[in-house]
Amino acid sequence: MSGIQATVSKILTFSCVDGPGNRLVLFLQGCNFACPGCHNPHTVGLCNDCGDCIPACPQGALSLVGGHIAFDPSACDQCDLCLRACPISANPMVQHLEVADVLALIRDNRAFLNGVTVSGGEATLQLKFVIALFTAIKSDPDLAGLSCFVDTNGHLGAEAWARLLPVTDGVMLDIKALSTDRHRALTGRGNAKSLASARIVQAAGKLYELRYLMVPGKNDQDDEIAALIGLVRALGDDLRVKLNAFQHHGVRGPARDWPKMSRDGIEATATRLRAAGLRKVVTPIVYL
Amino acid sequence: MFDANDKRRDIVNDPALSPAQKARYLSLEAENSLSYPQLGAATRSALDDRVICDMYEGNAPYKPRYVLPDYAVVLAQGSDWLELPVPQDLDEAISTLMIACHHTPSVTGMPVYLGAIDALLLPFCESVTDEDLYRKIKLFWRYLDRVLPDAFMHANIGPSDNRVARAILRVDAELQQIAPNLTLLYDPDISGEDLLALAADTIIACSKPHIANHPIHAATFDARGYGIVSCYNALPVGGGASTLVRLNLREVAARATDVADFLNRVLPDYMDRAFALMRARIDYLYNQSHFFDSFLVTEGWIDRDRFTAMYGVFAMAEAVDLLLDKAGQPGRYGHDDAANALGLRITEALAARVEAEPMANVWRGRAMLHSQAGLSTDTGLTPGIRIPYGSEPDPVTHVRALAPQHRHYASGVSEILTLDETIRANPAALVQLCKGALASGFREFTANVAGNDLVRVTGYMIRLSDVRRYEAAEGARTNTTALGAEAARKTAILCRKPRVVGHERHPGYGQ
Repeated sequence: MSGIQATVSKILTFSCVDGPGNRLVLFLQGCNFACPGCHNPHTVGLCNDCGDCIPACPQGALSLVGGHIAFDPSACDQCDLCLRACPISANPMVQHLEVADVLALIRDNRAFLNGVTVSGGEATLQLKFVIALFTAIKSDPDLAGLSCFVDTNGHLGAEAWARLLPVTDGVMLDIKALSTDRHRALTGRGNAKSLASARIVQAAGKLYELRYLMVPGKNDQDDEIAALIGLVRALGDDLRVKLNAFQHHGVRGPARDWPKMSRDGIEATATRLRAAGLRKVVTPIVYL
Repeated sequence: MFDANDKRRDIVNDPALSPAQKARYLSLEAENSLSYPQLGAATRSALDDRVICDMYEGNAPYKPRYVLPDYAVVLAQGSDWLELPVPQDLDEAISTLMIACHHTPSVTGMPVYLGAIDALLLPFCESVTDEDLYRKIKLFWRYLDRVLPDAFMHANIGPSDNRVARAILRVDAELQQIAPNLTLLYDPDISGEDLLALAADTIIACSKPHIANHPIHAATFDARGYGIVSCYNALPVGGGASTLVRLNLREVAARATDVADFLNRVLPDYMDRAFALMRARIDYLYNQSHFFDSFLVTEGWIDRDRFTAMYGVFAMAEAVDLLLDKAGQPGRYGHDDAANALGLRITEALAARVEAEPMANVWRGRAMLHSQAGLSTDTGLTPGIRIPYGSEPDPVTHVRALAPQHRHYASGVSEILTLDETIRANPAALVQLCKGALASGFREFTANVAGNDLVRVTGYMIRLSDVRRYEAAEGARTNTTALGAEAARKTAILCRKPRVVGHERHPGYGQ
């Protein structure tokens, strides 16, 4: 096939929270944001073969072979201690998969699936692979009924979207903050590209869901919510908006001292959004 | 006798039991004071050691374990014995069914089968509005739960998409009752996506109905049909099952030196003893109890030739892990291909032998293999061929690990797939999981959604709030709550990820 390889952090064959229906999810490794409050920090970095994880593995599943980390999945018991030992938020358990490998996995699980979602990390960092994978799914008669979704932070230019959107059925786009300064504090980058992406994807009719992770004191201010309402109303009142609550699950470092977002806070914001005319506001089922 | 006397006194004075529940337990004590049907020494010792188990059905089989009357007969003919005229409208049809099911015996003393209710009632619904239908079904459902409070009682709907089936799903989601249990017989070519989607919404509301793989079941039985009763048992309509005897596969494996010894020597030996136990019980039922002299037979509700014998197995997971341990091989049942392959090999051996063994007074002359869903006293043993509680993989992996075994369990097999609450926001995922499971050969699809008060204990439902009340010695209105509470205490059912339950029934008082 294409010969392009993806660096995959994890694969799920059952997910009901990554788009409509049951989806096979590829979590691709690597991210272009540096969010202190990330819930999946081990998907951010790319392994530099330092070997610090090797002694942390009680099962002896990790070793250095020819200067590179080698991982033995049959020995792994998924304790994830290696992830905690990694100094650069990488993942020694990543798999390198070609499009054909992923297609085989999808075919094997076809009867259970409504679609495939690429997530991350930041999936669009491996754009060539994603396009090749979605193109292959669309051209395979047995798989063509599956919808292809991307879960992204939107830090992607118009030209790239022009290549990705024709083979993509839906996009779940995270907006971390509406004000540039707050966005920079939450992610290390500005939000101009993400906001432009929202417009591009919506114009293509493929913005399935706008996601807003609410962090107390960071992006839940009155003017921030007003700006969120402004953005969504400009995009369309029928756009599905998912409010997520900042929790401590998976979070490392100073952000663990940030307060969690409460159910009351989410519900109050949802009420405000609905009152402002937003017709599809979704709140979490579960708060950890 | 002093002990038996004490026990009867305990029953009579138990502050947590209703008079009817006391009468039921006293009757079990009386039956079990009789001598057991004659058994050979090898069978007797295997029974005493509980390598084989009679499900504590009682010492004197005077009724079949499960009876599935063909209720269409009484709706079409009325009943001379019960002095019932032929029903003319929906009210009369429901009234007739209420009376008829009251006269259906079973191992629990309560009916386990209410019929294919939608097919039975549809002919009476022509001039009934949807709202009236809903109201009448609601009253019927409330009657069943309050008067026959046993979660083994099971109603069937489908495979057609029809008004009665929809009314029942609506009522079931609204009332959140333990009884009756409910199965949708699903056929992708007949039922349609809409009905399955509605069932998925109902599962999210109350973990019911189960979804039965109708094409597979229909091909297993004959034109007169089958019903799903009690805990996912598939049995002939107009008959049922005389008895269910089960094999503790872990205990069998413990008596073998290795896989070959297990398959070639120990398993066939204990299988023979279980056949002998079944024969003794069936012989008593058919030749001594006079059960088949009943009006149920003479009026054609049941046929004495349509009762099967259920050949149950349980603790497959522990048997496989133990045999792998003996071979010094790693691997855990449900998680590793080698372990799952050994499970399939054992199932194939069981099925071949059941298929080869002639049985007298049994439908089609052969017993039917069954993955038995547990008793409340099965500490440390996993029901049927299930994956142990708390160690289940994700639901897709779960289905794929066990699906190859399902085709062999003709009289029923069930896994409980526990789904976390996030599925509530995405019922399409539940629908697809169900379709995938059935397409993979699952005979039965059952899901438990975390956060529901109603939770499955194997096939029957309990209310977690009822268990808490029972534990506080307040007593429980429904018989199965006592079993559920015992199962919750003695087994790991409430630690299932996140909290499913899996045990079937308990035989008598205080055991």
